[in-house]
Amino acid sequence: MFEAVVLPESPSISAIHEHAAPSVAALAVEDLSHSFGKRVALDHVSFTVPPAGFTMLLGLNGAGKTTLFSLITRLYSSRSGDIRIFGFDLRRQPTRALERIGVVFQQPTLDLDLTVRQNLRYHGGLHGMRPSDCEARAREELARIGLSDRADDKVRALSGGQRRRVEIARALLHRPSLLLLDEPTVGLDVDSRRHILAHVRALCREQDLAVLWATHLMDEAAAEDSVVVLHQGRLRASGSVREVCAETGTAALPAAFAALTAGERRP
Amino acid sequence: MSAATYWYCLRSIIVREGLRFLHQRERFFAALVRPLVWLAIFAVGFRAVLGVSIIPPYETYILYDEYVVPGLVAMIQLFNGMQNSLSMVYDREMGSMRTLLVSPLPRWYLLVAKLLAGVAVSIAQVYVFLGIAWLWGVEPPPLGYLAVLPALVLSGLMLGALGLLLSSFVKQLENFAGVMNFVIFPMFFASSALYPLWRIREGSPTLYLIAAYNPFTQAVELIRFSLYLRVDVTALLWVAGCLALFLGAAVLAYDPGRGLWARRGGPAEQA
Repeated sequence: MFEAVVLPESPSISAIHEHAAPSVAALAVEDLSHSFGKRVALDHVSFTVPPAGFTMLLGLNGAGKTTLFSLITRLYSSRSGDIRIFGFDLRRQPTRALERIGVVFQQPTLDLDLTVRQNLRYHGGLHGMRPSDCEARAREELARIGLSDRADDKVRALSGGQRRRVEIARALLHRPSLLLLDEPTVGLDVDSRRHILAHVRALCREQDLAVLWATHLMDEAAAEDSVVVLHQGRLRASGSVREVCAETGTAALPAAFAALTAGERRP
Repeated sequence: MSAATYWYCLRSIIVREGLRFLHQRERFFAALVRPLVWLAIFAVGFRAVLGVSIIPPYETYILYDEYVVPGLVAMIQLFNGMQNSLSMVYDREMGSMRTLLVSPLPRWYLLVAKLLAGVAVSIAQVYVFLGIAWLWGVEPPPLGYLAVLPALVLSGLMLGALGLLLSSFVKQLENFAGVMNFVIFPMFFASSALYPLWRIREGSPTLYLIAAYNPFTQAVELIRFSLYLRVDVTALLWVAGCLALFLGAAVLAYDPGRGLWARRGGPAEQA
């Protein structure tokens, strides 16, 4: 059913994931279905995200991306199918699975009236981090996003792009191995969008992170990405950009996506 | 997961709740003004109408002001419990609830931590109120201020758990006003907060029964007795039992596999 995508081993990967063999997929979704009442939101979806690298989850609004994210982050559980994070079953070992995930939700979730540092501390605490570790990690991550001097400002005072970067820093605070982002560029201007995308790509490269980035914007995908195409709750394609294009007989991803999602549109 | 992990988590949830509370000064004043209006206006007007005979835990004739204070303390906790659950619905709509629930700690623990944080805030309000009531002339025994603390924790948790349970049934923020009308007011008025149960029985035996079985009455009595250094065992058992029941149901309602979200979807899916 699912096969772990095997990447060339590198010492840094095994150093980070000493708890899991490097060949284990960061995320393995297997035959996942979920419905709300009669409405089927996800219909027998299976795919894997390699343990390092950038994976684009492409889908129009209503494709089931947010439901998928809710299930992966265990906001609620699916009726059928399995989700494994670095080999840990989300249903049976939720703690071990959730420890390895960092999430940036579609909606902004920072407390606007608290400072950046207070927000990060809250998150660190939720992950059971020792306050001194949390403080050190917050400094590191804020330096990385270039907001060290704003640590004691209220989030309300930050721009939309800055808030997003803080949310990414927050998601990385507890050193997850899989970073999930649900439409992280929605509502941002072109510059901030490009900036956020470049930032996460750099993170992915430098830290051997596995990234799953959900979007409906085709231009956010790069040639070397893996892609997963979701449409109306069903998996339409998954693989490298090249494979997906070859499969659909198209030259570029936007055309491939159009071909995969053509026809029946939801009323 | 070590014990320290749990402690850091609880601490950060309480700190956040405290910070948020400090940022909402209007909320603090509203929470304080409400019982003070009752004490300074209602109680004064009622003093003449309603004579209170000697009933436990009081050992002498008391003014109505003194009778009503424990009820108003419980009212602070009731409003707080409901306000917290209101903020849960808000957090759910706004997404910050997701941040909380992505924590790898068990969900029941996160919910209990959230409740404890709300209770800590409500207790701070209660003590400020008790201080003002003391200036007003309501002076329970000094040790009573200490003895009432465990009662406040227990009753606060119970009322908070009730709010949490209600919040899991409410789909959207707008529906919450209804809950307030149908829960807070009946609970408050059909209780021993404003008038002793024997007085209610004189008026209506049915209402007496309702009031006697009202968990809020039990919370009020638990607080009243401990403030005067007595233990009302019945009330204690009632409050503890209701806490177990409400909390159990709330944990079930927020369970990933069974809860409301799994059936109807989160806010984003409804869009």
